[in-house]
Amino acid sequence: MISAALAIAVTTGIFIALSVLLLIAERYLVNYGSCTISLNSGSTLFDQPGGTTLLAALYDHKVYVPSACGGKGSCGFCKVAVLSGGGPLLPTELPFVSRAEQRSGVRLACQVKVKQDIAIQVPEALLAVKEFRARVAGIRQLTYDIKEINLELIEPERISHHPGQYIQLQAPDPDGGFIHRAYSISSPVYEDTKVQLVVRLVPGGIASAYVHLLAEGDEVIFTGPYGEFRVSDDPEREIVLVGGGCGMAPLKNIVYTAESRWPGRRLKLFFGARSTRDIFYLDSYKELMADHPNLQVVYALSDPLAPEEQWDGQTGFIHISVDKYLDAGSKRQAFLCGPPPMIDAVMRILKDKGMREEDIFYDKF
Amino acid sequence: MNLTPVWAVFLGSIFTNNILFASFLGMCSFLVCSNRISTAIGLGSAVTFVMFFTTIINFLIYRYILVPLGLDFVSFIIFIAVIAAFVQFLEMFVERFSPELYYALGIFLPLITVNCAILGASLFMVIRNYDFGQTVFYGLGAGLGWFLAIALMAGLRERMGYSNVPVALRRTGIIMLMAGVIAMTFMGFTGMLSTQ
Repeated sequence: MISAALAIAVTTGIFIALSVLLLIAERYLVNYGSCTISLNSGSTLFDQPGGTTLLAALYDHKVYVPSACGGKGSCGFCKVAVLSGGGPLLPTELPFVSRAEQRSGVRLACQVKVKQDIAIQVPEALLAVKEFRARVAGIRQLTYDIKEINLELIEPERISHHPGQYIQLQAPDPDGGFIHRAYSISSPVYEDTKVQLVVRLVPGGIASAYVHLLAEGDEVIFTGPYGEFRVSDDPEREIVLVGGGCGMAPLKNIVYTAESRWPGRRLKLFFGARSTRDIFYLDSYKELMADHPNLQVVYALSDPLAPEEQWDGQTGFIHISVDKYLDAGSKRQAFLCGPPPMIDAVMRILKDKGMREEDIFYDKF
Repeated sequence: MNLTPVWAVFLGSIFTNNILFASFLGMCSFLVCSNRISTAIGLGSAVTFVMFFTTIINFLIYRYILVPLGLDFVSFIIFIAVIAAFVQFLEMFVERFSPELYYALGIFLPLITVNCAILGASLFMVIRNYDFGQTVFYGLGAGLGWFLAIALMAGLRERMGYSNVPVALRRTGIIMLMAGVIAMTFMGFTGMLSTQ
């Protein structure tokens, strides 16, 4: 009996002693004190308690660096140039940071821990990114797995963006906290009090399931706008758009924006789908085409037609239609949005037609 | 009382009774983290560090608290707790001062907690009845022996990248064969020293 009590007392005593030592170690090793983050050569300075990631610190101070994976180091979106105080490049960052970027100090903000004063450089455009609160004003089921979500901005009331840019929608993470996912803005830029998204329900996707369960009147939070797509201001340059699935979103924005800003500008939209049940927006484009003779819209179905399907458009993969309808020439810009094999195939066709690589913008997903 | 001189304990724990190649303790992280010399050296030094300090702490607790109180039946739980606390400390230390190593080791850093070589060293120290001096050198020697083993293996595996390994033996197969061959060469040291 005594030996049992003694054993318990000694074991507990040693455990407590170990815990106390760990507490002391934690206090001196994990606590970094307050660190100063200097943005764009000191134009903005803010203090941050050390130990958090740079991405979280920037979010706390309303600098919305894009991130699609929510800080897991798997999307490579949150690149910032760390000029000093970032520590060594980590193996987790290597797949995303090229050698040239490494030399200029590019890091993934989600992998850099703030442990000391740190100086970083972000594109000025990123500082224009704001956090928006919006209300779901309307939902349309476009196909069996794609929904169109119409958001009405609450705060701020207006958004200014370029056609082809995207926002990062905040969705609750089942494991606690929030995740952010990128969705292109499909409403034209002149509708600046609205943001329309086209979202496909991804099997097992957290954010797309959240979006598909939204009801009218629900409030959502997003940050934006982000993105490198820039439509040329030269109305003489033809615009070629190629997309598949919900890659339609940025292309629809470009079509409507370009048609209102440069009526008569030559514009070709190619859309690849599997079967007739994947087709959407074709009727509204037909209406638009009636008023705009220089707009050409081509839909193609890649699956063989089922006996009950009615289809008078193109068949086969979309790059075949691109090859068929596009004459050779370089005075054009192309924007591609869709699955990687489709983009690779279309890229080859466009280069064969004489297009330069810097005139082709693409987003693989 | 064990009368082996400390230098014999030290050299014996590195070569003749290498904890990995003679007792086959700590194989899992040895196999996984030996693909690059830099990672192997990082993990090897972490294991050496933990082994050296935990054998000393465990010796002191065992000899001066547990044995006098007749509590040697709780020694396993105490040894494990000391090792776990020490690895926790090491993890904080490595994360603060060497984030590169922290990410390179990944899950294998906390898994040093249950690296059997480390508990093995503490238990051999008890079974072989070492005194304090012998324990100090045994802990250091056993750690360095493990370090040597994983560094050797990593060196060979880096070279192996240039070799034409038969398809059926690529990856795990050839690693197992290499480990076996190295273990056999270490058998050559047997009899040079006695650590018992």
